[in-house]
Amino acid sequence: MVKSTTKDAQDLFHSLRSTYVATPTNLKIIDLYVCFAVFTALIQVAYMALVGSFPFNSFLSGVLSCIGTAVLAVCLRIQVNKENKEFKDLAPERAFADFVLCNLVLHLVIINFLG
Amino acid sequence: MMAGSGLHFVVLILAVAICGAASVFQPISDSHRSAAVDVFVPVDGSYKSLEEAYEALKTLEILGIDKKSDLSSRTCENVVKVLGSSSSTLKDAFYALSVNGILKCKTGEAVLLKDIVSQLQAGVKGAKSLLDFYYSVRGLVLVKEQFSGTDLSIGDAEAIFRSIKTLSQTDGRWRYSSNNPESSTFAADLAFETLAGVISLAPSEIDQSLIQTLKTGILKLFDSIQKYDDGTFYFDEKSVDASQSPISTTASVIKGLTSFAASESTGLNLPGDKIVGLAKFLLGVGIPGDAKDFFNQIDALACLEDNRFSVPLILSLPSTVISLSKKEPLKVKVSTVLGSTAPALSVKLTQAISSRSKDSSVINNQELKFDADSATYFLDSFPKNFDVGKYTFIFEIVLDDSANEKAYITEAQTKVPIAATGVISIENAEIAVLDSDLGSVESQKKLDLTKDGAVSLSANHLQKLRLSFQLTSPLGHVFKPHQAFFKLKHESQVEHIFLVKTSAKKSELVLDFLGLVEKLYYLSGKYEIQLTIGDASMENSLLSNIGHIELDLPERPEKAPRPPVQSTESHSSYGPKAEISHIFRIPEKLPAKQLSLVFLGLIVLPFIGFLIGLTQLGANIKSFPSSAGSAIPALLFHGGIAAVLLLYVLFWWKLDLFTTLKGVSLLGVFLLFVGHRTLSQLAAASNKLKSA
Repeated sequence: MVKSTTKDAQDLFHSLRSTYVATPTNLKIIDLYVCFAVFTALIQVAYMALVGSFPFNSFLSGVLSCIGTAVLAVCLRIQVNKENKEFKDLAPERAFADFVLCNLVLHLVIINFLG
Repeated sequence: MMAGSGLHFVVLILAVAICGAASVFQPISDSHRSAAVDVFVPVDGSYKSLEEAYEALKTLEILGIDKKSDLSSRTCENVVKVLGSSSSTLKDAFYALSVNGILKCKTGEAVLLKDIVSQLQAGVKGAKSLLDFYYSVRGLVLVKEQFSGTDLSIGDAEAIFRSIKTLSQTDGRWRYSSNNPESSTFAADLAFETLAGVISLAPSEIDQSLIQTLKTGILKLFDSIQKYDDGTFYFDEKSVDASQSPISTTASVIKGLTSFAASESTGLNLPGDKIVGLAKFLLGVGIPGDAKDFFNQIDALACLEDNRFSVPLILSLPSTVISLSKKEPLKVKVSTVLGSTAPALSVKLTQAISSRSKDSSVINNQELKFDADSATYFLDSFPKNFDVGKYTFIFEIVLDDSANEKAYITEAQTKVPIAATGVISIENAEIAVLDSDLGSVESQKKLDLTKDGAVSLSANHLQKLRLSFQLTSPLGHVFKPHQAFFKLKHESQVEHIFLVKTSAKKSELVLDFLGLVEKLYYLSGKYEIQLTIGDASMENSLLSNIGHIELDLPERPEKAPRPPVQSTESHSSYGPKAEISHIFRIPEKLPAKQLSLVFLGLIVLPFIGFLIGLTQLGANIKSFPSSAGSAIPALLFHGGIAAVLLLYVLFWWKLDLFTTLKGVSLLGVFLLFVGHRTLSQLAAASNKLKSA
C-alpha cells in the first residue's frame, strides 16, 4: 500500500512537471516572480520570529509588500493567460499597465507605513 | 496759649464733618527730600530732555535742595542752544524758557530774544490745538517774567480768549482741538493756565462776562470730583485709555485753578473741604516711585501752599501711641502741606472715644498747649479714667484772628486713631493638678511669670491641669489680652497649643486629660510648658517657660492616628531639593548588528534566485522596440517607473507624504501618457504579428 502511494505521488509529480513545461514563458516568468516575493516574505517572518517584532509597523509593511505584489502578480497571470475565457478580450498590455499602476500605489502606501 | 485770646471768629469751616475711617496724613518731610535727590539727580550728569530737566529742577527748587553746579551748567548749555536756534519746536522753546526761569542761565545778546518772541507770537497766531496755545502763550508769559523791558503783544487777546474757550464743554472738561472730540480733565488744566496767561498779558482787554462763564465752568469741573472713604478727594479721567493717573489729573486741576486764580482779581469761591481733601490725597500718596508722579505731587502741593483763595492746613501726629507708663505728652503738629509753619491757631481735642464703649467720650473739649520752640501742640494730662486700649481722638483746629494775609482752611474735624499702652500687672498666677472626679487639688504651685520657672508636675490621664492668673490694667480693671496661649511640647517635638480664656474675674485654662488623650496622640512622657501673653496695649508682653509636666497616658490603640513626623530641619525647605531622577522609557532591545546584516544578505538571496531563474527560462527583451519613434516612449516609460521608485526611496529617507504625493501625481500623469503610447505600440505590434 505504501509503495503504491509513493508511486502515485511520484506519478502525480511527474505529470505536473510535464504539464508545467508546456506553459508559455511569460507565465513562467510571473510564477518565478511570485515565488521570489513569497520567499522574501518568509525570510522576513523568520527574522521577526528570531528577534522580536519591535518595529511592528516595519515588519508589517515589509511582509505586506511582498504578499501584495505576489497577489498582483497572480492577478496579472490570470488576466494574461490565454486559456482563461473571461479575459479573452482584455489586451495583455492593459493588464500589465494595471499591474504596474497597482504596484506603484501599493508601494507608496508601504513606504509610508514603513516609518 | 491760644485759649486766652477769645477771638475765635474767622472759623473757615465750610462743609460737613468728614465721616468715615480715621487716618493720619503727614506733610512733606525730609524723607521726601532725600528721595527726591535719588529720583531727580541723574547719575550721568545730564537730563534726557528739557521737559525732564524742568520737572526735576522745579521739584528740587520747591523742596529747597541745592542743585549741583555742573548739572546746571550742562543744562544751561542745552537751554541756550534751543533758544538760539530758530528751528526749535514750540514745546522745546517753552521748556527751555521754564528751565531758564529756574536756573537763570546767561543767554547772551537780546537778539536771541527777538527770535524767540516772534516765534512764540507766530505760534499764538497759527495755533490750532490747545497744546499749541499753551506752549506759545505760557512761553510769552515766561519771557515777560524773565526778561523785563521786552515788548510783548499777542495780538487780539479777546479773539484768542474766545477761540480757546470754544474748546470747553458743558461738563467742565476741555477738548484738545476742534477736530478731536476727545476731552479730558487734564486738558482743563492746560486751558486754565493758558487763559490765565492771556489775561496776564493783556489784562484790560478781556470782558468780565467771559471770565465769569469760565468760573462757572470751573465749578462744573468740581462736579466730577471723586472721593475715598478717609476723606480724600481726587480727580480721575473717565476715558479708559487715558494715559493720566489720578495723581497727574488731580495735580493738573490744582495747577490750573491756582494759576487762574492768581491772574484773576476777583476771588474764586471753591468748596474748602474739597481743597483740603485734594491736599490730603496728594499727601496720602507718600513718596511716589515715578519721577513724573513725584513732580506732579510736589508742584501741585507748592501751588496749594501759596495761593490766593485757600491754603490748606494739615494736622499730623509724630506718634500715635500714648504710653501711660512713660507719662509723655501727646504731640500734635499743624503745618502747611510743604511743612512750613502755620499761622496762629488753637487745637482742641473735642472727643476721645474708646473702642470698647463707643457712645461716651473719655475726654471732652480739652485745649492743647502750645510749645513755641518746637512749634507743636501737646496734651500732657490725661483724665483718671484713661485706661489702656484703642481710642479715636477727634481734633478741631480753630484759627485765630483775621489778621492773616492768606485765607487758610482746615478740616472740620480730624479723626486720629490712638493706642494707649501701659504696664499690665499679673497676679495670682498658679498651676495645679486636680483629680477629675472630686476636683480636689493634688499638687499646686505658685508661678512668677516674669521669669522662667522650673516647676515640675506629674499627672495621669485621669486628672486635670488648671492654670489661672489675673491681669489688671493700670487703672485696676480686668484686662483681656489679645493673645494668651498655653503650649505643651513633647520630647519628640510634637506641640499642642491651647487658648486661655479670660472671664470677668480672671483668666483660666482647664485641661481635662481624659478627653485630650487622643489629641495628644497617646504620647506619654515629659512635656515642656510654655505660656505666651500678648496684646498691642500691653508693654510687658511675655513668653515664659513655666517648667515641665510628666504625663502618663494609656497605650495607643491600633486605630489611633500617629503623631505627625516633625521635620527637624524646617529651614531645609529653602535649600536645594533632591535631584529628580527621570525615568525614561526603556528603549526596546534591538538585535545585534551582525544578525541584522546576515538577514539583509539572506533577503537579497531570493532576488538573486529570481534573476538566475529568469536567465534559465530564457527571458529576453527582444520585443523592445528598436526604431527611434517607439524606443523613446519605451525608454521614458521605464525611466518613469524608475523615477517613481526613486521618489519612494527619497520619501522614506527624508521627504514627507505631501511632497511625495505631489511628485507622484506629476510623474503619474507623465507615466500615463508615455505608458499608454508604449503599450499601445506593443499591442499594435503583437496584433500585426497575430494577423500576419
